Amino acid sequence: MVPSMGGAAVVSESRTDRPVSGRTRSEAVPPFQRFLEANRVTVYRFLLAAVGRDDADDVFQETFLSALRAYPRVHDGGRLDHWVLRIASRKAIDHHRGTARRPSPIGGLPEVAGGSVEETTDPRDPLWGAVRSLPARQRVAVVLRHVLDRSYADIAEAMGGTEQAARANVSHGTKRLRELMT
Amino acid sequence: MNIDRDIKRLADPRTSDVASAKAAAGMVDAAASRGLVDVAVATMDSPIGELLVAVTQRGLASVAFESEDRDELFERFSRELSPRVLEVAAPTDEARRELSEYFAGDRRRFDLRIDRRLIGPFAWDVLRATRRVGFGHLATYGQIAERIDRPTASRAVGRALGSNPIPIVIPCHRIVGAGGKLTGYAGGIHRKELLLELEGSLQPTLVERGQPVD
Repeated sequence: MVPSMGGAAVVSESRTDRPVSGRTRSEAVPPFQRFLEANRVTVYRFLLAAVGRDDADDVFQETFLSALRAYPRVHDGGRLDHWVLRIASRKAIDHHRGTARRPSPIGGLPEVAGGSVEETTDPRDPLWGAVRSLPARQRVAVVLRHVLDRSYADIAEAMGGTEQAARANVSHGTKRLRELMT
Repeated sequence: MNIDRDIKRLADPRTSDVASAKAAAGMVDAAASRGLVDVAVATMDSPIGELLVAVTQRGLASVAFESEDRDELFERFSRELSPRVLEVAAPTDEARRELSEYFAGDRRRFDLRIDRRLIGPFAWDVLRATRRVGFGHLATYGQIAERIDRPTASRAVGRALGSNPIPIVIPCHRIVGAGGKLTGYAGGIHRKELLLELEGSLQPTLVERGQPVD
């Protein structure tokens, strides 16, 4: 599956066997190894908080394998950090939906919390239990905002919604966390 | 509670550095086993210093000495082969094994497939003729120029050999100046000497050198 490219511009065919003349240095993506090294810590921190310690490795692998599959078609090397966070956000939301008892509603609107805290809480860390109980989009939005300190515009870009929806998701999620942790 | 501050506890940057490096290594192995690595890069020790080996689905594309800039090499692979460049050992196993056997004196010719995408058309003519110069033999730049029907192109032959992206395996070290003089080598003259010593090709009557070999 090829992820949507987010901020990165895309061409329709593999550049692997095409001549590179006319391609300026600023457009070219770096070697994937460099891209991986530059983004691995940020993506991993995001996933630790968004899907939890037990699943972070799996979702990390899915994220970068998706990026690697699409990489030859990406020709804007300038915003790859946004691009990979968009892939990771989608993987985190998909993962959450795949593991949730009840699927969360799809769409850019803020969601209501579903499932009881007792069912989903990790007994080792009440805070993680509270984060885990948030609906997928709220959880991802809260983590992007409070763990990675992203702007609402960046969160909207990463999650593929409006800035207004990003604000609402962060706001609802943060409020819910405060209630759960009090 | 202060969510902004407390939630960061779930994603500590220090432990994430180590844990993400481990996860990245696992991801790279998974990528290689799925055939998603277009340029696999690994290093190996050798008597002429650390070598960096790059292997694609087509074959061996590059052997580089430790004196060469690693970032520039990766950029070149990315630009001229594929941006899917990753440090992963398994796809390079065969190339590294044959090189080790060569340095151990157990191999006189390489059976590796060559990816010639880093080699231009004229350079390929030169390097193809060079590949026919066997272990323990030498040829001059002029002889190679004659063998590719470009008898006056000795200098161009020298430049093509100097740009050989697959030294050792394509044995440009076996090409010497007229009279057997050891002239330039991308990896440095000392490496050329060591390789020719290994092959038993350095003879005082044939080779004029300023300094004795250790």
